[in-house]
Amino acid sequence: MSEAAIEVRGLTRFFGGKCAVDQASFCVPRGSVFALLGRNGSGKSTMTRMLLGLLEPTRGSATVLGEDCRNLSPATRGRIGYVAEGHPLIGWMRVRDLESFQRSFYRQWDGRLFQAVIDHFGLDRKAKAGNLSRGQRAGLSLALVLAARPELLVMDDPSMGLDPVARRTLLEAMILVTRDAGHTIFFTSHVLDDVERVADHVAILDRSVLRVSAPVEVFRQRVRRWALNFAGPAPSAGDIPGLLEARRDGQSLRLTIANPSPQTERSLSELGALGIEEQPLSLEDAVVAYLGDRGQRQSLLQQTQEAGVL
Amino acid sequence: MPFELTILPGSGSPIFRQIIDQVRLAVATGRLAPGDPLPSVRAAAERLLVNPNTVAKAYGELTRDGVIESQPGRGLFVAQPRQIYTKAERLRRLMPLADALVHEGVSLGFASNEILEFLEQRLARMNLPEPARRKTP
Repeated sequence: MSEAAIEVRGLTRFFGGKCAVDQASFCVPRGSVFALLGRNGSGKSTMTRMLLGLLEPTRGSATVLGEDCRNLSPATRGRIGYVAEGHPLIGWMRVRDLESFQRSFYRQWDGRLFQAVIDHFGLDRKAKAGNLSRGQRAGLSLALVLAARPELLVMDDPSMGLDPVARRTLLEAMILVTRDAGHTIFFTSHVLDDVERVADHVAILDRSVLRVSAPVEVFRQRVRRWALNFAGPAPSAGDIPGLLEARRDGQSLRLTIANPSPQTERSLSELGALGIEEQPLSLEDAVVAYLGDRGQRQSLLQQTQEAGVL
Repeated sequence: MPFELTILPGSGSPIFRQIIDQVRLAVATGRLAPGDPLPSVRAAAERLLVNPNTVAKAYGELTRDGVIESQPGRGLFVAQPRQIYTKAERLRRLMPLADALVHEGVSLGFASNEILEFLEQRLARMNLPEPARRKTP
């Protein structure tokens, strides 16, 4: 059995002349909880759909549970669970009908787990899917996927639009999956506090380009932030390698830098600051630094102030 | 009150580091005594709602440092205090932190006696068990 649940090599997809995913390569280790992060429209859903064989790649390839994603066999599909964006369900079907429909596609079915999840969301087996709230729809689609005990669980933005209680249950469901040794979760999300809780690997797609793929702790160690104070107006950050974000505010300059080296520290000291202090960075800060516009950057608040708006 | 781990996502400190710091502090202040049990990796992960690998990583570091020990078939327990590091190694680990404190204190304009007073206050707040009878190998 291969060590990778998913292996992606140079995967590329164009829609007309527009590139949605540009030569992405990464590996999702078996047994990991892997979060794919990125802004809206960065290519996360396109990537996810290619991996499941729902969308043909323009170039490159991906192996999912050992098979080419373009030709996944029914047997392999039966080992993958997919929660699509927005939890779409067949509206006229009742909860119990959806269960029997879904279980017909899978070799194994854990009816007790299905019941436990729908009970947790307060779902009636006789309710029609079309009449459920968004949180209940999320609960039902989770139940439909978890009950097959998939070796690979793929979820596209599962927490979108969920209230805090439903989101908590989603986290519980993800932790539950980790009880099955070797089972893998690949998901996309914008809720970084939740990502920090459950993910052990992160990847970042920025405008179609994969910028990072690393264990969470490695990623956090590689993105660092320094605050510099100057006697007069802070200078421009200049040409520091790996600079992700620079914020100037009067006499202070705050720099967020990827993969700092001894050379970075020398460059920082050459800026002539009175004091240099490293600041702790949350996972969200680090991800935002990656996803923002490169280099010099002002917040909306500063920009409106200087422009005299508001 | 029994010792209970808590974590706060979104902070500058990674979750595995938060777990390590809490267990170390609880042991140092006597809230956890030698022989006290700790929840298993799985139980702690499910209670905290975090990836079990994160808890395993924290427990691994605590075990390596001799703070907790695993008793096969019984679980994880707070270890008898013993110094697994030589005095030289402990000094090597402490000195950079002491330097950082002194440099920052001086550059912020505190006098030596103020820095010492402040340290004593912080130590008093930790309620260290008496006597600190740790042997140095």
